[in-house]
Parts: sequence; C-alpha cells; structure tokens
Amino acid sequence: MATMSAPNSSYDPVEVAALQPEALAAAVDAAQAAFAAAADLDALKAARLTHLDRGAVATARREIGALPPSAKAEAGKRVGAAMDAVRTAYEAREGQLQQQAAERILVEERVDVTVPTGRRPVGARHPVELTQERLMDIFVAQGWEVAEGPEVESEWMNFDALNLGKDHPARQMQDTFFVDPPDGGLVLRTQTSPIQIRTMLTRTPPIYVVAPGKVFRTDDLDATHTPVFHQIELLAVDKGLTMAHLRGSIDHFVRAMFGDVRTRVRASYFPFTEPSMETDFECFACLGAEAAVRGECRTCGGSGWIELGGSGMVNRKVFTACGIDPDVYTGFAFGFGIERALQLRNGVGDMRDIVEGDVRFSGQFGMAV
Amino acid sequence: MRVPLSWLAELVDLAPGARGVDVAASLVGVGLEEEALHGSDLTGPLVVGRVLTIEEAVQKNGKTIRYCTVDVGEHGQRVTDGIPQEIVCGATNFVVGDLVVVVLPGAVLPGGFAISARKTYGRVSNGMICAEDELGLGEDHSGIIVLTDYLGAERAAALQPGEDAIALLGLDDEVLEVNVTPDRGYCFSMRGIAREYWHSQGSPAGTFRDPALVSQVPHDTTTGYAVHLTDGAPIEGADGCDRYVARIVRGVDPSAPSPDWMAARLTQAGMRPISLAVDVTNYVMLLVGQPLHAFDLQTLSGSIVVRRAKDGERLTTLDDVERALSVEDLLITDGGQEPLAIAGVMGGATSEVTAATTDILIEAAHFDPVTVARSSRRHRLTTEASKRFERGVDPKVTAAAAQLAVDLLVAHGGGVADDGGTDVDLTQGRTAYQLDPDLPARLVGVPYSRERVATILRDLGCGVDDRGDTLSVTPPSWRPDLVDGPDYAEEVARIDGYERIPSVLPTPTAGRGLTHSQLVRRIVANTLVGRGCTEVLTYPFVAADFGDTLGLPADDPRRSAIRLANPLSDEAPLLRTSVIDSLVDALRRNVSRGQRDLALFELGSVTRPLPGSAHTAPVPGVHERPDAETIASIDAAVPPQPRHLGIVLAGESERSGWWGKGRPADWADAVDLVRAVAASLSLTVSVEPDQHAPWHPGRCARLSLADGTLLGYAGELHPAVLKRLGLPQRTCAAEVSVDALAAASENPAKQGAFSTRPVALTDVALTVAESVAAGEVERTLRAAAGEHLEWVTLFDVYRGEQVGVDQKSLAFRMAFRAPDRTLRTDEVSGYRDLAVAAAAARFGAVQR
Repeated sequence: MATMSAPNSSYDPVEVAALQPEALAAAVDAAQAAFAAAADLDALKAARLTHLDRGAVATARREIGALPPSAKAEAGKRVGAAMDAVRTAYEAREGQLQQQAAERILVEERVDVTVPTGRRPVGARHPVELTQERLMDIFVAQGWEVAEGPEVESEWMNFDALNLGKDHPARQMQDTFFVDPPDGGLVLRTQTSPIQIRTMLTRTPPIYVVAPGKVFRTDDLDATHTPVFHQIELLAVDKGLTMAHLRGSIDHFVRAMFGDVRTRVRASYFPFTEPSMETDFECFACLGAEAAVRGECRTCGGSGWIELGGSGMVNRKVFTACGIDPDVYTGFAFGFGIERALQLRNGVGDMRDIVEGDVRFSGQFGMAV
Repeated sequence: MRVPLSWLAELVDLAPGARGVDVAASLVGVGLEEEALHGSDLTGPLVVGRVLTIEEAVQKNGKTIRYCTVDVGEHGQRVTDGIPQEIVCGATNFVVGDLVVVVLPGAVLPGGFAISARKTYGRVSNGMICAEDELGLGEDHSGIIVLTDYLGAERAAALQPGEDAIALLGLDDEVLEVNVTPDRGYCFSMRGIAREYWHSQGSPAGTFRDPALVSQVPHDTTTGYAVHLTDGAPIEGADGCDRYVARIVRGVDPSAPSPDWMAARLTQAGMRPISLAVDVTNYVMLLVGQPLHAFDLQTLSGSIVVRRAKDGERLTTLDDVERALSVEDLLITDGGQEPLAIAGVMGGATSEVTAATTDILIEAAHFDPVTVARSSRRHRLTTEASKRFERGVDPKVTAAAAQLAVDLLVAHGGGVADDGGTDVDLTQGRTAYQLDPDLPARLVGVPYSRERVATILRDLGCGVDDRGDTLSVTPPSWRPDLVDGPDYAEEVARIDGYERIPSVLPTPTAGRGLTHSQLVRRIVANTLVGRGCTEVLTYPFVAADFGDTLGLPADDPRRSAIRLANPLSDEAPLLRTSVIDSLVDALRRNVSRGQRDLALFELGSVTRPLPGSAHTAPVPGVHERPDAETIASIDAAVPPQPRHLGIVLAGESERSGWWGKGRPADWADAVDLVRAVAASLSLTVSVEPDQHAPWHPGRCARLSLADGTLLGYAGELHPAVLKRLGLPQRTCAAEVSVDALAAASENPAKQGAFSTRPVALTDVALTVAESVAAGEVERTLRAAAGEHLEWVTLFDVYRGEQVGVDQKSLAFRMAFRAPDRTLRTDEVSGYRDLAVAAAAARFGAVQR
C-alpha cells in the first residue's frame, strides 16, 4: 500500500491503523498462510473463524464506518479486495481439502473383494429336465405341440394298441412293472408311446406332437441302467407324410442338438412302425479329427457314428386301433432317450449321478445344458 | 447270429477282396446291424501246448497262481537248451499232461492286446495260457481252454505240441456277428444271411447258392416212422404243429467224430461240438435255420404223437431239470403217452442220443411260433431252437433240412438211411397280396417305378404277377413277416437302399406353443432355482410302511397307495402319494454325503388311487378303435396322478460366513417359497394354522388360494418323523398341488391400477391373546381399513412385562393411498381407527 495517498484528515485526524494497506496486506498474507497450513477441514474451519469471520480484515471492515465519507469509498475498495483475497484462499483450500477427504474415504472404504460372497445359496435345475425342455423347444419352434400322459398307464395303451401283442417279450415281468394285481391291466409305462395312442384317440389329424416323459423298466440301477428314465418321442399324422419327412425331422433334431453332422439310416424292426428305421449320426466329438484320434474317441467308441434311436412310419394296425383311417393318413414316430442325450452332450458318465439327487450334480449345470 | 466269412463265401459270391468290415457294411445296408467282428485282429504265434509241470503258490492277495512249464514244440524260446516254456497262469482248471492253447510273445490278441515276456508274480511269464474270451471265442473266463474238453478227446489225441492253433480254432477266419431283428427269423441261418448279402450286392444272377435246394428227398413219405399230429387246444386258432418230417438212419458209429470242418464251424458260430449226431443237427440248423432233434430210435416204443400236455404231466429235459408241464405246452410223445420233448424248445433225457446210440430218428418239424414262445418263457428256457421257432421257421425247408442231416450222418457216421420217410404236411400255401405299386413311393418318399418294385420283390423270392393294376405278390415261405402293404414297402426301401431316402422337413400346422400347465411348471421350477433351490428327480417307489414313518393318521387317504406286483425291491413296493415321500431320500443321501445346507425340490406326479376303485383296466382288441365306453373305463381305471411340488429344507437358508452367523432354514422359509412360487404366477396364498402329518402340529401352515382352493401345506416337519427318517431335526418341507396353481393362473393376469400420489404410513400396535393368529388380525385390519389401504404388514412381535402373561403385542404398519389425491392426516387416522376397532371387536385387541 505504499502507493496510497495520505488520507483525508480534515474530518478525522486519527488514522485507523487497521485500514492501513500494509496491515491489510499482512492480514491477507496471514490468512492465506493459515488456510494453507490447515491439514483438514476441522483445522480449516478454525482458521476461518480467525481469519475470515473474525480477524484483521473483518475488523478493518468495521472500521470503515469511522472514516470520513470522502475516505470511505477508497477504504471500502481496499478492504473488499482484501476480503475477496482471503475468501478465495479459503474456498480454494476448502475445495482442496474436501477433495482430499473424499479421496481418503474411498481409500479407507476399500474392501477385500476376494472374500467369499455366498450369503445366499445358488439353485439349479435338474439337467434331465433342462435337456427335455431344450428338445421340446426345438420342435415347438417348428409348430409342434407337447403332449403328455400318465405314468401309471393301462396295458392297452402301453402295449396292445401299439401292436405289442400278449406274447411280445417286452410284456413280460422281467421288463415291465405291473400294478398289483398283475392281471389288472395297469403297468408303469415302459415307453412314452402310449401318449401317441392317447393323442390319436383325442385329436384328429393333422397331428404334430412331441411327447416327453418318465418311463419305467425293471432294470437295477447301475452305471448304465436305471429303472426310471426319460424319453421324448415325436408323432406326426397327416396326409402325404413319408419316410423323407421322418428323416427330415430327425436330421433337424440332430443338428439342433449336436451340431452340423450327417445322419445315416438303415432298416430296422419295431412292432409299432412299418417300415421301421434306425438312425446313426456322425460323432460330433471327433468329427474332423485325424483318424488316429477318431479311433480312440470315447463318445462313439471309435466307430465315428452314434446310434440315435428307432423310428418309422406308424403301423397301420396302430392307426386302426385308434380309429384313424390308414388309407387316408400316414404318420411317423421317433423316440429318443433324454438321459442318453445328456450323456452324449454333457459327458455324463455314470447313470447313478443322474438319479441320486446329489446337489453337486445339478449344481454343475445351473440352468443350462 | 455269428457268420464265419469262409462259410458265407460258400453260399454267396463275396465282392472281390471283401473283408469282414466290408461284409458288415453291406449287411448293415440291408438292415442287419453289426454287433461285433471277431478274429480279424489276432496274430500269432498261438500254438497247442502240453502242460509239463505245475507249481502252485498262494499269493499275498489270496489268489492262487500256477508257475507252469509247457511244451510248445519248436516255438519254445529255449527249446535248443532243452528248457521248456515257462508260463505263469492264474487259472487252476487243468492238470499236468493237458493240451492247452498258448499265446507266445510277439502275438497280438483281439482288442490289440500285445503279448510279450513279462514279469508277473515274481517270475517271467513267456506268454499266456488262453481262456475262451481272450481269443474272442466266447464269453467264458472261468478257466483256460483244455483242448480235450474243447475239441473232444478224439480230435485232441491227434494234436502235437507246437501245432498252430489259429486254424485249429477257426481263428484264421473272420466271424461277423450280426443282430437279427425279431421280424427276420430266416436270418438265424447262413442261408438267410447269404441271401441278404446277395441282395446287398444287387442280387446278381447265379451268385447265390441256396443250400436248401436238395435234390435227394425220398419220394415215399408214407412208409416211415408213424407220426400223428393232434392239437386239442390250439392257441389263437393256430395248430401247434403243421408239419413233421421223420427220417431214420441206422447203424451210425457212435464213436465216429464230427469232421474237423464241421466242428470248427460250430465253434466259430459259438456252439460247442458234442457228438456227431448232435453236431449234425446243430450244423444243419445253422445252415438252413431249421432246428432238428435227434432221438435214439431204440428208446421209442410207439408212434410219434404230437399233442398238448395234460395237467400234471412232467418231463425231465436235457438240462436235467424236471419240469411241470402246462396244458399250453406242445409235446412230442412216445405213442401219445410218455413225453419225449417240449416241442421246439428242448428234448427230454429219456430219448436222448447217447454214446451208445446207433439208430437215430431225425425230427424236422414246423411249430407254431406263439406256442413255442410261451413254452420257452414259461419254462425260462431260451434255446437255439426256441429262438428260431418263435421268430418263424421256413415251413418249406423241413424236408431238405432232414435230408441234409441224414446225408451228413451217413457220410461221417457210416450209417444207412431208411429208404422211406415220414412227412406229415398240413401247411397252407400263402395267399397273394394285392399291392398298390405306388404304395412304396407314397410311404417312403422315393419315386420307385412299378418295374423297380416288381423286380425287388422277385429278387426277394416273392411271386409277382404284374398283369393287373395291382401287383399280385405271394411272399416266399421263409418270410412270414410279409403280410401288409407297408411290409412290402419296407422291403423295397431296404433293398433299394435306405440311404436314398431324402431329408425333407414336414410343414406342421401352426402350433399353439406350450400349454399353460407346461409353462407353469417351468415358471415354478425356475422361480425356486432363483430362490436357491436345487431340482432333483427321485424314484417314486416307497416302502410299505411309509404311512407309519410319516405318522399319517390311520384313515389318511394318502395311505392308500398303488402297489407294484413286481417291485425292484420288496423294501419299496408302493408308489408315492406325495412327492416328499421320496424327496426325503434325496435329502438324506445329500446329508450323508456331507452336504448340510440344502434346499431341494421336485416337480412330479404322485399316484392317488380312488378309494374303493379296483383300478382294473379292460384290455380290448386292436382291430378297431374301442368304443367310447371302453375308452372311458380304461381312463377310469388309470388312477389319478396329480402333479405336485415338493420342497425340503435343511441347514441354513442364509449362510454363515465371515460376515457373521447365518440363519437356519425354518418353517417360514417353506411357506415363503410357496408364496414366491404363487407370486410368480400372479397368485396370492392365504395361510392358516393347521395340524397335518407329517408336519409339526404347531408349525404347519395350510396354504390356500383366494377362492379357498387348497394348495397344500408347508412348515417344519414333525420331530418324531424326522427321527424315523434319519433326517436333521428342524428340517422343513412344503408340498403343494401344481395342478391347482396351473388351474388358478389359467386366465391372463389383469393389471390393477396403482396410484402415483404420496403414501401415508401409520403404525399400530395391538395387544392380543397369545392364541390369536397374526394372520387373522392382519386379515381383519385389511378388511376394515377401507378402500385406500394399499398394504398392511406385521413388522414386530413383542412379548414381555409390558403386555402381560399370555399376551403379545403385534405391531403393524399400514400404508394408505388414494388414487386421485393426497390423503389428509385425519382421514388416515380415521381409517386406522376403523381397522383397530374391528380388531378390538373380533379379538379383544387393545391398542398400546
């Protein structure tokens, strides 16, 4: 403030010391130093009381009133500038400290994200059910519908209507669970095919249904057998259906489940179909591998082909038993084991894992197969 | 059926250079699936050996091991030093001096098993003494092959140590094993397989030599042994026997051995050579598919009478089992009296050909497939004969087969055949089928011409008259399966090649997607998985005392369960009536495997027989659709099988961890899971206290829908039940009807309007008697609080000095909101007071 001219002394000869430029400059300096020295927001708050709310500059402002009017303007300007300087310094420091504090909180709040987080259990569907749903969806997407039927089933639906006569080996006690009394005409269904019969008895063609379900055979549980397992089966009844349509449906199913592999077909025999067909598909696991690798393939046993299952054109006798005119309609049927699909696609080696209900088994799949 | 390639080549020209794999591929093409290929992967040295010394020692593992020396002729590795081959053997069924089969170092056994000298049980074994299965000769691994037993004493006597055993055992030939489907019985013969192979090659003229074309059958078929065919009780109208040929050969040398080639072929085909007479009948059966039986003529006293068995008759069969006969069994008898054989299944001991038999009566007959099938099953006797008769034997091959057998007995046994023979032939000729020549194309989807169809059927042996619009087709005698149009269509497709069938996707009518019930099951399962539950699938079989285990009351309808006539285990003969009946098994298994915190669920059917129903279903015929009444009675007999959801919970539902203690699963979790499932279907569940086994009587919630429909129960299981089940105490469970959930959610959920105005919350604490159910109080508050009540929930329960003995304080929070305005405080207080007044009136509730 060395440039300041002498105050007007005609009104008040007393010079107000606090308003001296030098004093103001010193006060601003002191404030800036104090703010800078404040290590945290609490210290800054204390410094604010001393240097901003009170302190030399604040005192100087109050002193302005004592000045003669002619001197007030200039002194006010001077004090205002000093005030601004102090406030600016304060706010800058406050922003700085707030920023630091926020950053420190983020550092302090750091956690160890590698600790376990499983407060709530994770569930899982059974992969047989998931596989079944996946298979259904392939056909539902083409316009087929899903048909179902009872597990305790009449012998007529399970055997007779399917052209499995009284003397058919499958009807014997060593294959089929009979409901007591054994001549009561009830069995645990040995196949999903009785659903075909029920469908044909209740619907009129055209029929395009896919029938999944639980089936029963009197096998003891071991690594490759289970007395309770699942099948899925197709039935189409329409005018003009041929084995070419059967093959097309099977090819589509195979590609949807196992990728872009070829199929081969050969003649076979099933009582409920005539002509009948057996289908193999190329082993998706070793397809394209070198011959030596293919020879060792565990999925197909080294043959390069995997047996898919039986199928054929619905036997005229089956149509007749269901009241569908076999001279007007033709149809085809195809069946496949769900557990087998699961074993092939997902590498399930032991049937016991599928049936025992160990949570670690389903847990490996979650909601996806 | 095992097919030696060298034998096949005698009957049909094999493609030039064709090996086993090629023949297998050709046969697969016409529908004969390959089961296995034997003998193609064995390389020697495989030689005859004579056991010289045996030193037996029991090993540490308890196994008896023999250190042997074996004379293997010039193959002996130290033969020049006079030291015999040293071989370690694990079998004990041989003695010093026995002739055995020895595989030597450098050889490779089937399955790529390379043989080298290696140390085993402390000594070097220079090769191995072989068992049948190791050579691919059969399944037997009960001991090693002793050649005297295996080939017969005579043949074995001629063998020298060191002789090559590969040819001796027929292992130089490939043997293809094919699977024969039940409709093609004729393929249980070399004749049938050769014919099929011929078809696979396009049926070229002159390349198939039918072994049944025998020129020398006797013209006189009336002067032979007397045979009478009677059948007082035909099954399904079919006579038990419609053709019987009897031929006699006298003066057969009982000690004459079977020729080597015959014994080798039998061995290759998986049959054991026994004696000339028996080997001849087996050989002819393998050749033409006609089972034969050889009787010792001297044991017969009267004529041969074929008849059904009488009640109480018994027969000791060749396997030394005395069998009680059924009136459905067809018998061969001596003069109508003593039973000699169960027709087409097995002969009896009394008329058996023995080592003293010189005069032999050969039977070649045609028996009804159903009769043989039933006898075979009834007596649990599956024989080479029954297998063929069940599937149908060519009724025209009978006389030729007998002739082939006679010729072989004469040639190799030195016998003399009687000039005359007996041939009682009641067989009917096949009638022609009128085949629409377009049918194969219509069924298969390949445009076969009329000419192609006719040619293929002729090649198959059918008589085809193609002068009319339809083809008049008479099937060959060996194809009883060719009856209807599709049977012929399959033949055309098969011979033309299934591979020519194109792949065409059908175009179904537009479907409606999954049904509501099917969708509901997916939603329910996925909701539970989202809540941390794991889906399992359990067997529906439960123990006879499951009702006692679960503590069900004596008159509980769930005790009435379907019983299986032939359960896998007598421990579990019933079908579950609730899902948790079997779900607890999965829980117990997991617990026993060390899992502690478990939430399992299963969606499945249960069987609920109707009280008083016999559940007996009629079994109508199949020649037409049963009438509506019959179908209805079938449906009525099938017991109801509702779909249920079962849930079991054990351990913690919220886990303990570094964050602190978890929370054990409790009754409320079970209830809440059902609420969550219902909510996922836009349904609300009402909860009331109930006492329902197997739940804890004080911790059981009865769950129902808004319209009162019972859904099921949830809560903690009864501690005594848990003890009996061996499950952790405090295990909780729920079981609800999925069908009820599906039915209730059938209609699309409708959106209710909700207000966007501010909510007004108010709390009220009510002191009530301990016995009052909170749910009841809540329902009362809700009913009385007016239309602007949005929700009410219990948020605190207090018991203690401030409320007095046998009292509790229930703290509810109520939320009010109007659709069109902000509610004033006095309005809200008014509503609350109305609600409290209702609770006070109903339960004596006092506001604190």
